[in-house]
Amino acid sequence: MDMLLALATAGLILSGSAFALIAAIGINRLPDIYTRMHAASKAGTVGSGLMLLAVGVHSGDLATLARALAGFFFFILTAPVSAHLLAKAAHQVGYSLSPRSVCDEMSEHEKRI
Amino acid sequence: MSTIIVSALFTAVWVAITGSASFHNLAFGFLLATLCLWIVRDEIGGRGYWKRFGRILSLCLLFLKELALSAWKVAVMVVSPRMDLKPGIFAFPLTVDRDFEITLLANLITLTPGTLSVDVSADRKTLFVHAIDCSDIEATRRDIAEGFERKIMEAFR
Amino acid sequence: MSAPDTVLSVAISIGLVALGIAFLLTVYRVIKGPTLPDRVVALDMLVGIVIGFIGVIAIRTGFTLYIDIAISLGLVGFLATVAFARFILARGGDGSSEAAPAPAEAAASGSKTASKTAGRAGGRAKAKSASLAARKGRKA
Repeated sequence: MDMLLALATAGLILSGSAFALIAAIGINRLPDIYTRMHAASKAGTVGSGLMLLAVGVHSGDLATLARALAGFFFFILTAPVSAHLLAKAAHQVGYSLSPRSVCDEMSEHEKRI
Repeated sequence: MSTIIVSALFTAVWVAITGSASFHNLAFGFLLATLCLWIVRDEIGGRGYWKRFGRILSLCLLFLKELALSAWKVAVMVVSPRMDLKPGIFAFPLTVDRDFEITLLANLITLTPGTLSVDVSADRKTLFVHAIDCSDIEATRRDIAEGFERKIMEAFR
Repeated sequence: MSAPDTVLSVAISIGLVALGIAFLLTVYRVIKGPTLPDRVVALDMLVGIVIGFIGVIAIRTGFTLYIDIAISLGLVGFLATVAFARFILARGGDGSSEAAPAPAEAAASGSKTASKTAGRAGGRAKAKSASLAARKGRKA
């Protein structure tokens, strides 16, 4: 039982830090703000959420697990909001998409108005 | 009736966060939840909560599944040696029209594989979505319309 | 040292190293930019990584109270990102960067004289092309 708990915690820690690392690599490799935001808002959030879950599982205490779960849900609820706000602000102010982009229907729409 | 269910839910959250399930804490949490709901009593008019509950739950499950999938897809894309990106912003015509539903849909879209909602047009008829892979816009549009949007309509209409 | 403890401590070490590398990579992006939103995204990411650090430390030391610290840090990070987004909007498209060449038509026209505030009040498209033109002019 102890071993099982330790294995579960270890798995959560490893996958959480792997997602954080991948998000960081993505932030450096992807070409523009909008694509970078994909990496940060998805992989990054899942990474930190898994770490919190690891703490909850490791403690083996229902109260702590519940708090960790609450924190996890809190993160995945706020991440899209901040990503959306940032993307909207960046696009409104005029930071351009990377030249590799194939379409930008938003600018077309704004032009039509 | 529905207020009681909601305040029970709030009580559960309170107990979860404060981390003690003693009687005193339960009673205090319930009191607090009722107070909170009383403050916004004019804004919430609820009916048929139970019927919706299952649908909302299924929406939550779909959301969690998509979140896991999207994190995985982004991870695979980032570590693949040759990134084959076709990023772009496409317009998604909205069928849902209430503020709350649009917010929910935008949040769900952000956490699905390869899409990120950027803005809503002023007339609330179009949602602008940034996608990492814009090679087949029509398919992406169809996925969103038949997946999340339909589920949201089922849960809240 | 029993077997479960060994598994855990190995996982903690690997996790700390991975998080450390992720932290450095993200700091590199904060320093390099090139635009303000890039830096804000990286800072947001940094908060996430620090939350991961806090989680690992909580497991290592056994103080579960660290969870509350992580949650409050997440809240502060969220508010900071929201505030930064408002700031980007308020500051306008000045951009401290060599912005990537605009995709196709956006940079085609737009008078340089249109002031940013007027452009924002009038129409986003105008402000956008104006700022892009300004940036191009600076580069030339």
